[in-house]
Amino acid sequence: MAATSIKNLKEFSTSNDRFEGAHTLCPGCAHSMIVRELMNCTDDNLVIATNTGCLEVSTAVYPFTSWDTSWIHIGFENAATAAAGAEAMYKARKRKGSLKDNDAPVKFVAFGGDGSTYDIGFQWLSGAVERGHDFTYICLDNENYANTGGQRSSATPIGATTTTAQAGSHSYGKKEKKKDMIAIMAAHGAPYVAQLAPNKWKSMAKGFQKALETEGPCFINTVSACCTEWKFDPKDTIGITDLATDSLIFPIYEIIDGHELNILYRPKNVIKVEDYLAAQGRYKHLFKPEYKHIIELIQKDVDDKWNMLQRREEARI
Amino acid sequence: MQHLKLLANDNRGLNELENGTGLVGWNEVTQGSILPSFEGDATNIAHLKSEERTYSGYNSYTATVASWRVLKPVYNRDICIDCQNCWVWCPDSSILSRDKQMLGIDYDHCKGCSVCVEVCPTNPKSLIMFSEQTLLEDALTQWPEKKKKEDK
Repeated sequence: MAATSIKNLKEFSTSNDRFEGAHTLCPGCAHSMIVRELMNCTDDNLVIATNTGCLEVSTAVYPFTSWDTSWIHIGFENAATAAAGAEAMYKARKRKGSLKDNDAPVKFVAFGGDGSTYDIGFQWLSGAVERGHDFTYICLDNENYANTGGQRSSATPIGATTTTAQAGSHSYGKKEKKKDMIAIMAAHGAPYVAQLAPNKWKSMAKGFQKALETEGPCFINTVSACCTEWKFDPKDTIGITDLATDSLIFPIYEIIDGHELNILYRPKNVIKVEDYLAAQGRYKHLFKPEYKHIIELIQKDVDDKWNMLQRREEARI
Repeated sequence: MQHLKLLANDNRGLNELENGTGLVGWNEVTQGSILPSFEGDATNIAHLKSEERTYSGYNSYTATVASWRVLKPVYNRDICIDCQNCWVWCPDSSILSRDKQMLGIDYDHCKGCSVCVEVCPTNPKSLIMFSEQTLLEDALTQWPEKKKKEDK
């Protein structure tokens, strides 16, 4: 393992970029912050598979590629399977000694958006994790199908307006709650499952390094603020992510071996979810008097979840 | 700064396509095609800085998105404390940092999102957005004064 030093930002900044610019992601997109950080936090060779989604269509616009590592794109659902297959082949060839460099450390990573992780690629991901392949799956969770124009996914939280769950006079947007993917993946018994956010770069880099080091399937859900579909100014990407982690909408925590929960970030001043919702255009309608109760509902859910996480951490379960 | 001169050229890949130098059109690409990111051996790439690498014409590093910008960030070396916040959060790998020092902005790959300006902690900020046409020298003369703390 040749992990880059992440003691502080100055040390970290001496690492060399392996995710190149001039991809066509929106200005201010958090996807590239997350991907860049993953590729910078290790010197090992990386084999990366990517589901269809914003990241894939933007980083491989023919005739260009933004990836300085082995990278494959196949279908909407099967990045997990592709990474698992590549890893199985690597192990077999390593055993036979038929690799070009048998000692070179290689890490397998799969990227998917929330659509391809929570919905379309769910079965593939579940299968690959159950089979215990040594790879890291990173979900770039922007809470909708941003690549195709912002349809609802099962990661879209309650109350958000999307193109297929529109808010209006008869609806407050999506009516269903967000799927708890971290709990589902932890229930698979995966050795490392975490939820991380790019504004806390250090805990994110630490989590990435831990996941890459850990043998077996690791799952990381990262918060990726989407300026286009969440409807905020691109310059506020980090600010919105700060609000998300400080209001505990996205608590940052890890679950080891499915039963050891650690909270990685405790905000000094917990803010109300109202502040987070107010900063985004997709929740604008919730501030009308008839939909005010949804904000209270979201606040209650967030508080309950935070209590649950704290109790679990205390009880070491 | 000179040694960091970038290779970007607005339509490098497209020129090669049109001139027929071995590239096929997007509609002729078959399954399992490979685009090499580098010329020659790429095993040691994680240990090379971008100016030491031999990028191939397929690498998006050789392309530019400068035309996306309306505003551009201007960098003031005199105020910068090299905290590297802008480096870690730049979505376009456009902050040039070498040996723990910030050197400047890669205007070939910057899309002008102003994330770097927002995360800059100095007072006044060492990165400020100016309109794309503003000359860098002019921008530096228009730098705002240090803001005083508001009286409570």
